[in-house]
Amino acid sequence: MNYIWPLIIVFSFICAVFNGNMGSLSTAVIDSGAVAVSLAIKLLGIVCLWNGLIKIAEKSGLTKAIAKVLSPILKLLFPKLKDDEARQLISMNITANILGLDNAATPLGLKAMSRLSKLNNYSTTADDNMVRFVVINTASLHLISTTVAMLRNEYGSKSPTEIIVPALITSAISLSCGILMTTILKKVFK
Amino acid sequence: MTQISNFIIPAIIVIMILHGIFKGVNVFNEFTDGAKEGFKIVLNILPSLIALIFSIELIKASGGLDTLCSLLSPVSSFLGIPKEVTPLTILSPISGSGSLGMFESILKDHSPDSFIGRCASVMMGSTETTFYTMTVYYGSVGIKKSRHTLPSALCADFTSFILSPKIVKLFFHQ
Repeated sequence: MNYIWPLIIVFSFICAVFNGNMGSLSTAVIDSGAVAVSLAIKLLGIVCLWNGLIKIAEKSGLTKAIAKVLSPILKLLFPKLKDDEARQLISMNITANILGLDNAATPLGLKAMSRLSKLNNYSTTADDNMVRFVVINTASLHLISTTVAMLRNEYGSKSPTEIIVPALITSAISLSCGILMTTILKKVFK
Repeated sequence: MTQISNFIIPAIIVIMILHGIFKGVNVFNEFTDGAKEGFKIVLNILPSLIALIFSIELIKASGGLDTLCSLLSPVSSFLGIPKEVTPLTILSPISGSGSLGMFESILKDHSPDSFIGRCASVMMGSTETTFYTMTVYYGSVGIKKSRHTLPSALCADFTSFILSPKIVKLFFHQ
């Protein structure tokens, strides 16, 4: 990010010079803060809500039950992760992702991250488990792409859900590629 | 379809709370205890979120995205990605709302059941906003060195971009 971020900003400036968009660029500078803060406020509500709900589920043993169901998958993805709480939270996040519940998946994922961070002694360098977990979350695990199907329906598709299986196959392959890359590259990026 | 997805979140919340009551948990107290932790998480994310949104808003306003698209269109046409879908490949890793807007305009201009519409649908259904996810997840725990996360994640995105047109061709014989 230390290279990409300045690159985007400088590139935007140069483009604005050539496209004559300096006016809208300076408006964007002012507006972007408000966009970020309103996003954060929305996130705050969702994160607090799901953090509260997950606490109930932890106490009632629901997370433990879900983690048990997903334990074969977790053993495969995180063979070195032995901590029960982290495994439970990751299981909850994966469940929410599979069900297409983005609003729940992010807060659950963040809670899992804070547990992983604790296990890594609050280091500022990501460990292998974190990298793999974030890569899984940057790929799509949705069993049903609800938003896509809804929009297709809205724009008059004869069969809005016909893309579910192709999309599922595509995400499965691309996710496997991402996971494979984490294994290959972890030796390169020490 | 819409009805099922409307049903699912409230139903899960009710199940979670009922299960808690059934197991004798003080649901309200535990809820507020947990919710408190949300503040710290979001507060940690905010600085990196502002930085990310700032750069995204700039590149959108400057016309830089269009420039990037025209620069990359030879590459994407070489990979068999229709040129109408190319902007989606650039937008989808960086901006969720941006790629959703682009997806809608593709559906509007071309039928959802056309080759272009199906390609865009499969792409949308198989990718997430990589930069946003990374920013939020790592920002929340103060990670500065993300190591091989970005190359791995972008590799997954790239795979889905080049695979989408091929899978659509295979499935719908278009």
